[in-house]
Amino acid sequence: MKIYDLPDKQGHFGPYGGTFVAETLIAALDELLAQYRHFRDDADFQAEFNHELKHYVGRPSPIYHAKRWSAHLGGAQILLKREDLNHTGAHKINNTVGQALLAKRMGKTRVIAETGAGQHGVASATVAARYGMECVVYMGSEDVKRQATNVYRMKLLGATVIPVESGSRTLKDALNEAMRDWVTNVENTYYIIGTVAGPHPYPMMVRDFQAVIGREARVQMEEEYGRQPDALIACVGGGSNAIGLFYPYIADNNVRMIGVEAAGKGINTHQHAATLVTGRPGVLHGNRTYLIQDDNGQIIETHSISAGLDYPGVGPEHSWLKDCGRAEYVAITDDEALSAFHALCRFEGIIPALESSHALAYAAKFAPSLGKDKLLLVNLSGRGDKDMVTVAQQSGIVF
Amino acid sequence: MNRIASTFSAFKAQNKKALIPFITAGDPEPVMTVMLMHDLVQAGADIIELGVPFSDPMADGPTIQRSSERALQHHVGLKDVLAMVAEFRKTNTATPVVLMGYANPVEAMGRGNFAVAAKEAGVDGILIVDYPPEECEEWVQQLKDQEIDPIFLLSPTTPKARVEKVAKLAKGFVYYVSLKGVTGASHLDLGEVRDKLAEVRACISIPIGVGFGIRDRAAAKTVAELADAVVVGSRIIEEIENSTRSALLDNVSNLVRSLRAALDEINNTSISNDEC
Repeated sequence: MKIYDLPDKQGHFGPYGGTFVAETLIAALDELLAQYRHFRDDADFQAEFNHELKHYVGRPSPIYHAKRWSAHLGGAQILLKREDLNHTGAHKINNTVGQALLAKRMGKTRVIAETGAGQHGVASATVAARYGMECVVYMGSEDVKRQATNVYRMKLLGATVIPVESGSRTLKDALNEAMRDWVTNVENTYYIIGTVAGPHPYPMMVRDFQAVIGREARVQMEEEYGRQPDALIACVGGGSNAIGLFYPYIADNNVRMIGVEAAGKGINTHQHAATLVTGRPGVLHGNRTYLIQDDNGQIIETHSISAGLDYPGVGPEHSWLKDCGRAEYVAITDDEALSAFHALCRFEGIIPALESSHALAYAAKFAPSLGKDKLLLVNLSGRGDKDMVTVAQQSGIVF
Repeated sequence: MNRIASTFSAFKAQNKKALIPFITAGDPEPVMTVMLMHDLVQAGADIIELGVPFSDPMADGPTIQRSSERALQHHVGLKDVLAMVAEFRKTNTATPVVLMGYANPVEAMGRGNFAVAAKEAGVDGILIVDYPPEECEEWVQQLKDQEIDPIFLLSPTTPKARVEKVAKLAKGFVYYVSLKGVTGASHLDLGEVRDKLAEVRACISIPIGVGFGIRDRAAAKTVAELADAVVVGSRIIEEIENSTRSALLDNVSNLVRSLRAALDEINNTSISNDEC
């Protein structure tokens, strides 16, 4: 494969990505791009970022061999990249540390963020506290109800949580509202987008900050196993943990890359969030990408048991990796994810996030078809403590 | 000369300012849209800006988002909007109609297909909020081939080099966003509008419409002294929202009539056209 150098200067990954925003946002995005390009190559910035990842986030995250579960499944060996062990319990913090350091250097005193499940909101509130910035988090009012613990967590960290009452009152509406805040308060405000979506340069920048996952994995695999895995498996909502793992492997054609979307109650129902598996290209939230939409181009409400995957779009780089065939995308239902959730709890003593449970469920399906000498590296993107209420409800338990 | 150009050139001769009300197609329900369009013209509208409903109107404030949601409850799509324009054209062949909307419904229909269908329906200009110039140059040509004017936004934060870039692509008029924020906001700084418009005028020869945050007669009049056209959206949508069905057409007409009167109180010349 020739050298992979996407996106281009205008932020395009083939036909995807770009800057599809109102004129009112262009100047802010131009400023962000110029500043990011500058600091990306700045040794002091990189040194501070790496220092924070080591001492504040707790990196590198280990790769753990899920031996008992692999033996039970009776096929390939399942290895877990333990992003759940990061500070705040998920991969989200890698990106918020990077963007907060950038915001600080840009002289911004206020950060805003959108959140679905609350993980990115918590990660944003965390870094805002750490670096002494005001933080406002937009969250759909439906999600505020579903994720009360995370709302309280953000408040403890000093953030203001604003429930969004428009549209379907979920993640996409929170993103719309955060964009509106940014347009209005652009002088002092930095918008921390939580995934590899949004207008250029966000998909590139968030990818670059998350790529620490894959870079570490390459080194750790070589050290521990003397070789790279046969396949990478990661869940995809917006797709930031997946791109973080995949990106350093894109040129390495011997390593399969498998993204796992949320099939919700089934991809033949209307209650799912499998954008790449079932959607068509369109334009939303500043970029061209696959979308779940109706014939009129209206965005359709999605469903997943995991709020973090419940999004009708997907990062534009995933759309490109799908079309050019470098990555494969599959979908896992709520029930399959739940059963993998319970399996990991029982076999390995690890409670995974419901998002990550989708990747685990696909690994459990795939592993038995492979020999015992094959290695599957699954991104365990977050821990499941936040999902206790949801999982308990499935068993009819109310706290 | 198309309808937009002839409207502005007639107004320039008479030293008048154009009034551009905005309504969302299908709000509060589809049967009312064409009636509303005719009544807007009767009350003194010179160009009608018709919103294409979208599920995620990122650049709009809560008022226009609610109007989109009401229209979407009736499943009003781009094809329905074009059918409304065609219906309006049966009895009005003079008043320009500009569609304003978001990219995805256009992408779903296909950019080229949409340009052709819009021409057939009798659309005169199109403004797609999230198609900035760098993402739609090819499409701009497709519109021009159909003699439809591509309308672009300019904002208080648009640097001069970009204004010049937009000047090369835009036709009909440009739409200057009078504040940093979303539609319907209430912190309009007229001094800033005056300064920025002088800068824009120096680079752009086509007429300038100003909108976002114009909520009353006084603001409309002051803005009209600086611009060639005044766009009023959220304030009209509020009137639609707060009116009973039986009083809706009268209330909207009265509001537009009062805005028209405010604009007609002006008879001095606008800022001169300096070289860029």
